[in-house]
Amino acid sequence: MSVFDIVGPVMIGPSSSHTAGAARIGLMARNILKDEPEKALITVYGSFAKTYKGHGTDKALVAGLLGFSADDTRLRDSFSIAAEKGLEITLQRSDEEVDHPNTVRIAMTGKNGNQAEILGVSLGGGKIEIREINGFEVSLNGEEHTLITLHRDQPGIIAQATTIMAIGHINVSTMKVFRSGKHANAVMIVCTDSPVPAEMVSLIGNISAIESVITLAPL
Amino acid sequence: MYEYEYKTLEELSHRAVQHDIRIAEVVIRHEMETSEQTETAVRQCMASRLEVFRESIEAGLSDTGTSVSGLVGGDADKLAHSSGRLLGSLARKAEMYALAVSEANAKMFKIVACPTAGSCGIVPAVLTAVSEELGTSPQENVEALFTAAGIGAVVARNASVAGAVGGCQAECGTAAAMAAAAAAQLAGGSDDAVLQAMALCMKNTLGLACDPVAGLVEVPCVKRNACLAVMAVGAAEMALAGIRSVIPPDEVISAMAEIGRMMPVALKETSDGGLARTGTGKAVARRLEKEMKES
Repeated sequence: MSVFDIVGPVMIGPSSSHTAGAARIGLMARNILKDEPEKALITVYGSFAKTYKGHGTDKALVAGLLGFSADDTRLRDSFSIAAEKGLEITLQRSDEEVDHPNTVRIAMTGKNGNQAEILGVSLGGGKIEIREINGFEVSLNGEEHTLITLHRDQPGIIAQATTIMAIGHINVSTMKVFRSGKHANAVMIVCTDSPVPAEMVSLIGNISAIESVITLAPL
Repeated sequence: MYEYEYKTLEELSHRAVQHDIRIAEVVIRHEMETSEQTETAVRQCMASRLEVFRESIEAGLSDTGTSVSGLVGGDADKLAHSSGRLLGSLARKAEMYALAVSEANAKMFKIVACPTAGSCGIVPAVLTAVSEELGTSPQENVEALFTAAGIGAVVARNASVAGAVGGCQAECGTAAAMAAAAAAQLAGGSDDAVLQAMALCMKNTLGLACDPVAGLVEVPCVKRNACLAVMAVGAAEMALAGIRSVIPPDEVISAMAEIGRMMPVALKETSDGGLARTGTGKAVARRLEKEMKES
């Protein structure tokens, strides 16, 4: 553990889980969308639904969607900045039972027409996990360089993608693969020690059966 | 295996003796070896935290408004404009700065979680008050903060610094213990006195419940930060006089961990007990819920 996790993080108050974590989930959502969000439907659950106003969870989520980090002083004014930038926010509370008390779902449409929906949870101390992307169960913490592929499950996809990374001397730290069924939609999440360069990302994107590739830098 | 690794406060002292350096230096060197950063970079990072301490104190003193809930805000200003009849100037400043930073946190200003946002007022307040009153240098302040951080890291490893795990003793209790250690160091105490200050302080927050009204980091958090900042100064004063904790520092941390495990969930940040469940606490929660539905 770094001593800067004890004297830190630097953040906008009042709560590391309900404010800083929420801002980081918003920022991850924006990075996954890969577009300037134009519309966002935010659904808060559990403790987020109960206390979002007093903790500024709503402001923090919107700040993240605008690309602000958890220590950005503009977080306080995120709703007016969103209005200026033409980001339309709809926030709703849900009393649906969820696995984790600090849960939020964000469905977004971007200015270039990109669409994405994520489910995020705030784990405490500003740490977060994205547990769903477009209905797929995933697990992302935003702490490492990450490459995500959305593809059809078939033999050789993982080998082809990792071979491209191996040739480029990209070291893989962790890797997870999920699929909805045999030969059905699948997701591969690869965390790496360094960013995967754009040309390599496009080579991976050209592998048949891979529909799209998303790369995320650490938050 | 790292050369400067420490898992307990005893190991931290042992490393310092072994290398003939202060514990602050052990903390710095261990951070350097684990993060693979230079000494300059590591010291600079901690110095930037001190700058945010200053910003959040100023924000809390200059903004006299209330938080969104209306429950807190403006009290640091009240203290600043009172004549101050009981406390000496150092303890008075510590109390005022802790109120300021905690109010700033509740009002969505920038703070350093230290170790958490709910306990973010104590370390900045004590460190700044002591530094101003004793005229310590920026370098001494950075080193005192490394000592506090190293102690906090040991607590996080062997107990917890999360209210949901250990109650408020884990959050504000740890912050106060870290602050006491920093104060003792800034006042010229030996490493032994620094660790004694930590133990003397932590013993007096054991069992502290996390029972926030309406689940917000406001009541009792803000004023608790202020009172515990004063307690930290008191603990450091005893340690500097050579007073020792009968129970050694690491055993106090173990006791805190055990009490955290024994504590009912209702007193661990769930707002199902204590102050949150008083008549007034429940009425506040109902009012805020109603306001949120109407907005």
